[in-house]
Amino acid sequence: MHELTTTRHNDLVDPVLHIWGWEIPVYLFIGGLVAGIMIISGYFALKGQYKKNVFSSFYLPHISLILLSLGMFSLFLDLEHKLYVWRLYTTFEIASPMSWGAWILILVYPALWLNTLIRIPDRFKNVIPIFDRLSNRINQHPFLIKSIGTLNMLLGTLLGMYTGVLLSSIGARPLWNSAMLWMLFLVSGLSSAAAFVHLITSDRYERQLLAKADNAFLTLELFVIGGFISGLLTSTAVHIEAAHLILTGPFAASFWVFVITAGIIIPLVIQLLAVNNKVKHTPVAPIMVISGGLILRFVIVYAGQFSHYGHQALSK
Amino acid sequence: MARFVMVIDTSKCVGCMDCVVACKTENKVPEGFNRDWIVQDVIGSYPTLHLEIRSERCNHCDAPPCVYCCPTGASHVHSLGGVVLVEHNVCIGCKACLASCPYDARFIHPDGYADKCTFCIHRVEKGMDPACVSVCPTRCMYFGDVDDPNSVVSKFLASRKYHSLIPEAGTKPQVFFLA
Amino acid sequence: MNSISRRRFMKISAATISLAAAGCALKSGTSSLGTKEKRKGIQKIPTYCDICFWKCGAIAYVKDGELWKIEGNPDDPLSRGRLCPRGTGGIGAHTDPDRLRTPLIRKRDRGEEVWQEVTWDEALGHIADKMQKIKSEYGPEAMALFSHGIGGNFLKHTLNAYGTPNISAPSFAQCRGPRDVGFRLTFGEDVSSPERTDIKNARCLVLIGSHLGENMHNSQVQEFADAIQNNASIIVVDPRFSVAASKAKWYLPIKPGTDLALLLAWMNVIVKENLYDKEYVTKHGFGFDQFAAELLPYSPEWAYTETGIEPDVIRETAREMGRYKPATLVHPGRHVTWYGDDTQRSRAIALLNALLGSWGRKGGFYYPISMDVPAYPYPAYPKPAREKVDNPNQKYPFAHETITTGIREATLTGQPYPVKGWFVYATNLIHALPNEEETIKAIQNLDLLVVVDVIPSEIAGWADVVLPESVYLERHDDLNVEWFRDPFTALRQPVVESPQDQKPNWWIAKELAGKLGLGSYFPWNDVEEYFKHRLTAAGLDYDELKKKGVIRGKKQPNYFEEGVPVEFPTPSGKIEFYSLQLQKAGFDPVPKYTSPEQNPPGSFRLLYGRAPVHSFSRTQSNRILSDMMSENEVWVNSSIAGRLGLQNAQYVTLKNQDEIVSNRVKVKVTERIRPDCVYLVHGFGHTSRGLRHAFRKGASDAQLLTRYNTDPLMGGTGMNNNFVTIEPAEA
Ligand SMILES: Nc1nc2c(c(=O)[nH]1)N[C@H]1C(S)=C(S)[C@@H](COP(=O)(O)OP(=O)(O)OC[C@H]3O[C@@H](n4cnc5c(=O)[nH]c(N)nc54)[C@H](O)[C@@H]3O)O[C@H]1N2
Ligand SMILES: Nc1nc2c(c(=O)[nH]1)N[C@H]1C(S)=C(S)[C@@H](COP(=O)(O)OP(=O)(O)OC[C@H]3O[C@@H](n4cnc5c(=O)[nH]c(N)nc54)[C@H](O)[C@@H]3O)O[C@H]1N2
Ligand code: SF4
Ligand code: SF4
Ligand code: SF4
Ligand code: SF4
Ligand code: SF4
Ligand SMILES: [Mo]
Repeated sequence: MHELTTTRHNDLVDPVLHIWGWEIPVYLFIGGLVAGIMIISGYFALKGQYKKNVFSSFYLPHISLILLSLGMFSLFLDLEHKLYVWRLYTTFEIASPMSWGAWILILVYPALWLNTLIRIPDRFKNVIPIFDRLSNRINQHPFLIKSIGTLNMLLGTLLGMYTGVLLSSIGARPLWNSAMLWMLFLVSGLSSAAAFVHLITSDRYERQLLAKADNAFLTLELFVIGGFISGLLTSTAVHIEAAHLILTGPFAASFWVFVITAGIIIPLVIQLLAVNNKVKHTPVAPIMVISGGLILRFVIVYAGQFSHYGHQALSK
Repeated sequence: MARFVMVIDTSKCVGCMDCVVACKTENKVPEGFNRDWIVQDVIGSYPTLHLEIRSERCNHCDAPPCVYCCPTGASHVHSLGGVVLVEHNVCIGCKACLASCPYDARFIHPDGYADKCTFCIHRVEKGMDPACVSVCPTRCMYFGDVDDPNSVVSKFLASRKYHSLIPEAGTKPQVFFLA
Repeated sequence: MNSISRRRFMKISAATISLAAAGCALKSGTSSLGTKEKRKGIQKIPTYCDICFWKCGAIAYVKDGELWKIEGNPDDPLSRGRLCPRGTGGIGAHTDPDRLRTPLIRKRDRGEEVWQEVTWDEALGHIADKMQKIKSEYGPEAMALFSHGIGGNFLKHTLNAYGTPNISAPSFAQCRGPRDVGFRLTFGEDVSSPERTDIKNARCLVLIGSHLGENMHNSQVQEFADAIQNNASIIVVDPRFSVAASKAKWYLPIKPGTDLALLLAWMNVIVKENLYDKEYVTKHGFGFDQFAAELLPYSPEWAYTETGIEPDVIRETAREMGRYKPATLVHPGRHVTWYGDDTQRSRAIALLNALLGSWGRKGGFYYPISMDVPAYPYPAYPKPAREKVDNPNQKYPFAHETITTGIREATLTGQPYPVKGWFVYATNLIHALPNEEETIKAIQNLDLLVVVDVIPSEIAGWADVVLPESVYLERHDDLNVEWFRDPFTALRQPVVESPQDQKPNWWIAKELAGKLGLGSYFPWNDVEEYFKHRLTAAGLDYDELKKKGVIRGKKQPNYFEEGVPVEFPTPSGKIEFYSLQLQKAGFDPVPKYTSPEQNPPGSFRLLYGRAPVHSFSRTQSNRILSDMMSENEVWVNSSIAGRLGLQNAQYVTLKNQDEIVSNRVKVKVTERIRPDCVYLVHGFGHTSRGLRHAFRKGASDAQLLTRYNTDPLMGGTGMNNNFVTIEPAEA
């Protein structure tokens, strides 16, 4: 028998790490969602979708701005030393994903804002005259619109990756310690975003397109999850143990039921039927996808904090 | 350049926790928190047992993930001896460093910043041993500069068997346990 | 010049008891710290520790007027500059939020803990009236004092002056009594405290239940580490794989209560294989041949059936001891009141040491030395009209100190005469004496129960009057004129002020004496005058002592080979292998073995001991130390836990043979204990509500020790005779 006892008892660390509560998964989820939306709306900008309607170029980035602010607020709520939050912006720490994230977020705001200028809806014209002037200026140079679209897609990708890299760079927690994690969060962000846009857009073309895209993302996500898990299972003992936390351990029920079945497989089936016009588009599938994406962040963040190298904490 | 390390002789340590108590009083570590702690590691079955007792703390890693991940630079490597420290009024309390430390050596001080063992740098700078080292009744803890081949710590590491904790995490820990 | 004399060790108790005092007009009892305003910067004030009875020299740091930390005093030979964890955490005694603040007088029934806050004048006046009444109705002997530790010296003086001989501490009948008697019967001298064991020089160290490293008596633990470093061959005998066992070359997992069988078998092998120190034994021994003849039946094969220790292991370890003699130290232990046959077991340990020639030898037992600091020249005490109450007709013929449980017995029965008042100083009798019910019944027979304590302990809860003492960091206590390797004298002095209306014992004792009309016994005005008087008489300088905390004398010889005169103050003047004294009193002249009682089916023998960060029942409310360990656990062998379906850290209750059920306690599922016993760290499971953080944390071993076997030689209470079953409890 191997018996370990420890006298350590630090709040938030013992008996298992529980430093991050709901705020971080929510932040990561929203970050991923916004990333996905940026990629989608950037894509639409490139495709000239703004010419057809104002939804993708004006409302989506605005919604993103609000969502992102909610996400940032959620992160802010998690800080233990809130008054010092400005310290994030007195330095750039090249090795720190969180520092990267802080600066990426700083860039994301203007990018989203630029996107909103591509086409200002008529009823908001003349509200802020300088915006109108800027919007006109942009529309005089189509390459600017292309650039804004590209910038949004690029930053969206970075943001989506960052939400995963933030965790995957933390080698101390074996569950997170996988290069697949950034892909997983990026794809999951895209699938959630596609579902989200699908849910709120009124444009038939967009809805159909996004449902298709979503199916692709969800399928991809299944593969990425497969890769993520097999990566862990073929690694060291602590990684295998970590994988079992979500496969068979305390987080298995949430993982299999809410993430895999209700969050991916069922909506995938429904949407496959929908795009083939076997059933009508309903909000059911996208809502399931979005919930699945949120729960995925929770499962990964919580199970990751449960996973560890040593076992010393467990006996107290 | 000095490189400070701690060497702990587990054959003498009795797990009395004096090192933990001394750290608490010396550094005013608040109630409910510890910068160091004792692990009792038992292998075997009664009555054929092996017990290793370790006084553990931050390992002042040579490749410190807690420093790498810190978004504000609050976690840093001190110019003296490679000691890993936290600048309290730069830390935002994001806890990335808590998550990155494979040893769970850090905690959030009730005042909001990340805290942990400092190798008692305030004492070391004055030429004293860290508090835990200086109280240990079995005199099983040694502190010093491994870059100096004549230091006690160098001599122990040259002459005795030792191990460090979770070397596979790649952090290059600088607290060594003599068998 | 410091006058240092080599006095015989036996005089130690006489010397410490005879420090007396007298006095009249009292100034404020608070310290000489002077001004209340906070001093800036760091002050270092030497004193000595009081978290246990080892009295380590310490230096307290006060930073900007606040107590910061305590370190060992490097000049002090007991601490060698390092305290144990309890000493380091001692500042928590000063800041303990549960401390007693003012004197209290009971308002309702005893034990209901409803109090009236009163002034010192009222409280001491009330006590003096009651004591005078007891004296006039029953005689002064009807007052008893229980006092543990050096802090009580002045109160002992007051009660001696009052006229009672009934002064006792649990350190005899619940602790080291049997050992000291066993060694006296053999060598004519005690092992006493601090133990005269030369651990650091031992080349072979045998620990029989002595769990050094958990038992944190500082110098011993330090020397234990020295022994490990010196590669001493360590043999540990314990039913539990103690920390010490983990350092041992040989770990002997003995069946509880059978140590005497092992000791006899060891001696059998050592005599049979001629492994003993022939020259030493021939020169200094008395009755060796009869002794050797008595050992014949105790072969290792016989001992195996009792102890469970393989015969080969018994032989090998005996040879190991022989190999390193006389630097083989068979440690006599300290808390040895285990089974009721403890004096004879301790005597067997003494005999084994005698065979190995370790007494008086380097690496065995050294000869301690002290400074000659004369007692204060007080007036003579009145001669009590009656003998001590604890040991009527010398029922326990070899008891050389007062038996706490004997006083309790007399209080219960009124025989040989009634005891009507208890004064209790710094001993929590509810946790220290076995069978709580007897203690409480005895208390119901009292007219007066006064408790001097620092926190609302269980015994304080039963008191009529509670007196809040200043903690050791806030007061002066008597000089520590220690018997140790080197002679020295140490001072305890205030480091910080008492936070509320607490007073030091010397002040309480003096004030009470005044109220009892015994003022002439305190001829000094304050305690510093008393120190100066004694120190001047010894040729020592008080100011130097104040500054340094300890004054050391010249090194003296510690071993026979260094010139210590070879004397054994026994009736034969030799080491008594065969004891005619015992024979005459009707006991075995050479120890004989009887098997301990078997476990009732399905139950486990309850063993208990120390955790390094706590002292008995006195530190659980210390916020620093309780942060290290806030509750105890019951150790259960993992195979048993498996069988009973118990999980690590699950809460259970323990029920003993008398249906007493403990408070809930966590299970420690472990390989580190035999399957036939369970283990608790002593001192937890407080029932006093005033100890807010310690209240009902863990289980109290004392509460479960309803049965005890009394040692027929000296009245010690063997307490390892209780059996428990384990029941799951609500989380
Ligand atoms: N069940 C059981 N019983 C035992 C033991 C055991 O292990 N288990 N051990 C035995 C042994 S070895 C011994 S030596 C005895 C010890 O027995 P005790 O000496 O009675 O030990 P404690 O239980 O700590 O009680 C000490 C009391 O003194 C109070 N006190 C602490 N500091 C001060 C102070 O500065 N001034 C005053 N006035 N009071 C103070 C504490 O609050 C506490 O109430 O117990 C013996 N009895
Ligand atoms: N931290 C700390 N240290 C202390 C104290 C304290 O309160 N706290 N108190 C001090 C005092 S006053 C004393 S008296 C000492 C007491 O300490 P010691 O004299 O060292 O030990 P005990 O309390 O008698 O015994 C406890 C050990 O004996 C083992 N044991 C139990 N039954 C048997 C048996 O039948 N045979 C054998 N061979 N072993 C057995 C137990 O498993 C345990 O390891 O500690 C001193 N040191
Ligand atoms: S103080 Fe020393 S002996 Fe005690 S636990 Fe710490 S390292 Fe071990
Ligand atoms: S032990 Fe942890 S906190 Fe200390 S330097 Fe290494 S990673 Fe950082
Ligand atoms: S909690 Fe403080 S020290 Fe740790 S990573 Fe965040 S800012 Fe840096
Ligand atoms: S080196 Fe100082 S800060 Fe670190 S554990 Fe020891 S006492 Fe505490
Ligand atoms: S052994 Fe520890 S508690 Fe006892 S006097 Fe020494 S330092 Fe204080
Ligand atoms: Mo004791």
